[in-house]
Parts: sequence; C-alpha cells; structure tokens
Amino acid sequence: MIINHPLLGPRDSQEFIYLGDANLIERPDWQAANAVETFHDYLYLRDNPAGEHRELWYHEQGDRSWLVVTRNTVTHEISKVELARDVARSKGRSK
Amino acid sequence: MPDHSLAPLLPLGGATPRRDTFAGLTITENPDVAIASVACRMGRDADLAKAAAALFGTALPVPGQMVAKGDWALFWTGPGQWMATAPFATHEDISRIVKAGLGDTASVTEQTDAWVRFDIDGARAPDMFERLCILDTRRMAAGSANRTMIEHLGTFVLCHRAGEAFSVLGPRSAAASLHHAHVAAAKSAI
Repeated sequence: MIINHPLLGPRDSQEFIYLGDANLIERPDWQAANAVETFHDYLYLRDNPAGEHRELWYHEQGDRSWLVVTRNTVTHEISKVELARDVARSKGRSK
Repeated sequence: MPDHSLAPLLPLGGATPRRDTFAGLTITENPDVAIASVACRMGRDADLAKAAAALFGTALPVPGQMVAKGDWALFWTGPGQWMATAPFATHEDISRIVKAGLGDTASVTEQTDAWVRFDIDGARAPDMFERLCILDTRRMAAGSANRTMIEHLGTFVLCHRAGEAFSVLGPRSAAASLHHAHVAAAKSAI
C-alpha cells in the first residue's frame, strides 16, 4: 500500500504507523459541564464503516508528521491524504 | 581551572576517523561537522525565512531537500524543522551562532554530539544502501535529504552526487552498530 504524503510524495505504508479514527484529534473540552459524557464518547464510540474512513497515520520512519488519510476499508483505496496540522487549523485550532 | 588533559574521542572510539575501503566504495567517519536543529516558532514562518536567508545566505530547503552555501549546509527534517551544519573547526559553538542569527523566530538546539556522520563514496554505494534501507538511492537526485530507518535506527541519508556520494547521519550512541551495519552490507554486496 502506498500513501501519497502531501510533502514527500508517494511512500510505502511500512514507513508509517497507524493510530486510528481521525476523530481522535477532536479532543473534547475537559472543563465542559458534560465532559464525562463527551469523553466517554470520544474514548469508546467509533464508527466502523465498510467504505470511506478517515484515519490518523504517523510517518514514523520519515518526517514524523501526522496525517489524516481517507481510506476505503473495503478496497484499501486511499483517496485523500492531508497533514493533520492543516486539518486541525482548518477547524479554527491554532496548535 | 583544573588542567585536564583529556583526549577527545570520535564516535567510534578512535583518535582518528575510521575509514573502510572496498572496491568502488569507501565508508568514512566524518567528525568535522557541527550540527544545530532549527524549529520554526508558531506563526513565524515568514520572519524565519527572512532571518535564515540573511544568516545562511540561502533560502531554507524545501521538504526532502538540502542546500549548501559557503560553510553552511542545511537540510529539511520535518514540517517547519531543519538541521544546520557547518565545519566543526570554525563553528564549534554552532547553536549560539544560529540562535544569534535567527533570534526568536525559531528554537535552536545543539546537536553536534548527538550524531555520527558517515560519508559514503563510490559507485557501489547504492548496492550497499539497497541492503540497508527502504530508500531508492539509485533514484535520489543530488541535493535530496531523507530520513529513513537503518538497522532499526532513525537516520538521515543525504545525497551529494547522484549514485556515488552520500552521507548518513545516525545516533552517536549507536555509532558502532550503525557502522557495523554499513560494513556488513558493503561486504555482502562487494
């Protein structure tokens, strides 16, 4: 499987480490009144689609950037690769 | 000041750089490099680019690339991160020199003693690399710089001349293991 790194071009997937659902970068506000509930959902509830899935990959043997990869879990086709940093910033987060 | 007369040791433990010669390939320990890492501070990309151009006399390299100008050689290590290298004899305090030039646009960390550098020369270099790492060194163009895994160690492979002149930077604490891997691969290939 080849992951088309947004900065470095096509790279073999064995250079990467898989973390999980891309929603893991949407960490809830721990000070919110319903923090217990939102953290329960954040930790335990995952969609398990047969089809397009957004997931986090880490380029451990390369430039050590985090990527959001859109992969079809049925065909393993990768349709989109973004820097996780850009995804977070596009949602108004600065870190 | 106490008068210590301590003899400095090179990464492989010798007093002079280790050199291994094969037909069409030499592996040379190169201790004459001072290294500092540069990490851009948040939102200061444009300021850093300006300060770096003034300090190094060249723009910071783009992803996967290395640039050299005068004493300086810079290579990209990650988004917003670079390594700056210069001759050890004239830039022993490299982090102070770089910090003075870049100010608060970037965080600078001394790296000189963290790395061992092997210079790989000769037309058989790709034959050795294909046994060591996943990089396609036959297709690496001059001026490309990539991080890869060699002998389970995170290393940087710099290409100076396509197919025949490379440098490998790896953790100094594992210098002997990295050296052994190179020699073993070279012996197996040549």
